[in-house]
Amino acid sequence: MVKIAQISCGTEYSGVQKEIERAAATFGAEIVIPETDLDYIDEAYQKFGFTAASSGIRLMVARAMSIVEGKSEADAVFIATCFRCAEGALLRNELRRFIQQNTHLPVVTYSFTERTKADELFIRMEALSTIVARKSLLAREKQEGLTLGIDSGSTTTKVVLMENNKIIGTGWLPTTDVIENANVGIKSAMENTEYRLEDVDGIGVTGYGRLTIGKYLKADLIQEELSVNSKGAVYLADHQKGEATVLDIGGMDNKVITVNDGIPDNFTMGGICAGASGRFLEITARRLGVDISELGPLALKGNYKNALLNSYCIVFGIQDLVTSLAAGGSKEDVAAAACFSVAEQVYEQQLQEIDVREPLIQVGGTSLINGLVDAVSTVLGGINVIVPEHSQYIGAVGGALIVSGLGSRE
Amino acid sequence: MKIAIFPPNSLILADLVERRGHEALVLQKEIRKKVTDAEIDSPPLNITEEEPIKGLKYAAIEVPSGVRGRMAIFGPLIEEAEAAIIMEDAPFGFGCIGCARTNELCMFNLRKRNIPVLELTYPTTREETMDVVNKINTFLDSLEDKNG
Repeated sequence: MVKIAQISCGTEYSGVQKEIERAAATFGAEIVIPETDLDYIDEAYQKFGFTAASSGIRLMVARAMSIVEGKSEADAVFIATCFRCAEGALLRNELRRFIQQNTHLPVVTYSFTERTKADELFIRMEALSTIVARKSLLAREKQEGLTLGIDSGSTTTKVVLMENNKIIGTGWLPTTDVIENANVGIKSAMENTEYRLEDVDGIGVTGYGRLTIGKYLKADLIQEELSVNSKGAVYLADHQKGEATVLDIGGMDNKVITVNDGIPDNFTMGGICAGASGRFLEITARRLGVDISELGPLALKGNYKNALLNSYCIVFGIQDLVTSLAAGGSKEDVAAAACFSVAEQVYEQQLQEIDVREPLIQVGGTSLINGLVDAVSTVLGGINVIVPEHSQYIGAVGGALIVSGLGSRE
Repeated sequence: MKIAIFPPNSLILADLVERRGHEALVLQKEIRKKVTDAEIDSPPLNITEEEPIKGLKYAAIEVPSGVRGRMAIFGPLIEEAEAAIIMEDAPFGFGCIGCARTNELCMFNLRKRNIPVLELTYPTTREETMDVVNKINTFLDSLEDKNG
């Protein structure tokens, strides 16, 4: 059983401890609390050097130190503090860094409220568990045989048919009915090939609809997006060795994953504020009267500084957009400002919680909006952003690639 | 009299209060009410989403859920108290609720209740310890006198 060490403050009194344990247990993991005693708390706290007012936070320091010094055993680490606690937020990040610099354990951080439920933690716990328990599968660098990958996302469904390390068919359509969309996507991916569904050696599914589709198709691999997407990203970018950061600005949530030799070792996932999502760009395009595919080129012609768009909320963001247009702002400037606003918020809310390693591989449907890719690079100080070919299919490609390591389908 | 103690889970303070014939308003008694499952070995696990919501009576929504969850349990004790003993700068072993912001709010709420409050700093020497115990006993006895 995968042991996930919990380093946290406030989970019991917020009423979320049971939810954390339930989420871990769902994916075959067990929450363990690193061992400390009273003397060790003071010793560890002095050694770490961060003067914290809350004793709960000091206890977190001691528990992190206990892992780093090998006094407690763990396969992965989950660090959590109350949402809106400044001291907790500071320590959450510093302890994450401390553990990553001194161990090889995957770490995920989270800030919770009393509303946090096990469902919200599932993907994080599943990814932590996968990274530990299925490392050999994630190390696969080459697709073999004939495999199908399906990514049932919140906005679009993507399907990829791969044969001997090549993409031979694709399908991409908006998500409305997950099973029906998957069927249409599969049909589209198989259209120009001589194969039928019965011929495939393996089916790998990921995305929000993975459990429903996985059950329906009797998939050989049903896997959360964090590990599958990172695998697909490094594969498509031909960057399977060394370090990289994968950024996926999705329709409903955003994922930032750091990888080392193709295996994820840290990730953050956000999704509280829709102003930082692909959905905001979709609505922006609609309001500007252009197709989403035209938004990127339009943004590249504009200057984001000429329109003020920086709301966390999708409703207020659109209000700002309407105001900018009413004040005589050009469509190009507003499109650029919308892209910059999303990039800036992804930076503020998520990239701050991770140590970005170059190159940054931007993937997902939003990576096709070149204005957004440009804005991400600008916000990060002009770093190299790679958008691989087929970047919108990474989840499906990751699924097809990983499942090819599981052997032939019966 | 009902005496609120701070830290509210200090066994030493609770014992001193009980020895002088008063009732100590301690955290453990409140937590015990929430123990519904004999298999759960850490009582605070029985706190649910309801507590941070009840805690809105003491702290606004922008205050972290951990503070509000704690206040849902300590808040009523503070309201019930007829006198209070506050020990500042106490180490973990003496009693601790884990959160500095909750400490600040609890102590403030006790002070503004206009009840007799004895404020002490955690002793570090034998002499200071004896002095603190004497102060606590004198305070508790004076309450008894006032009470008639």
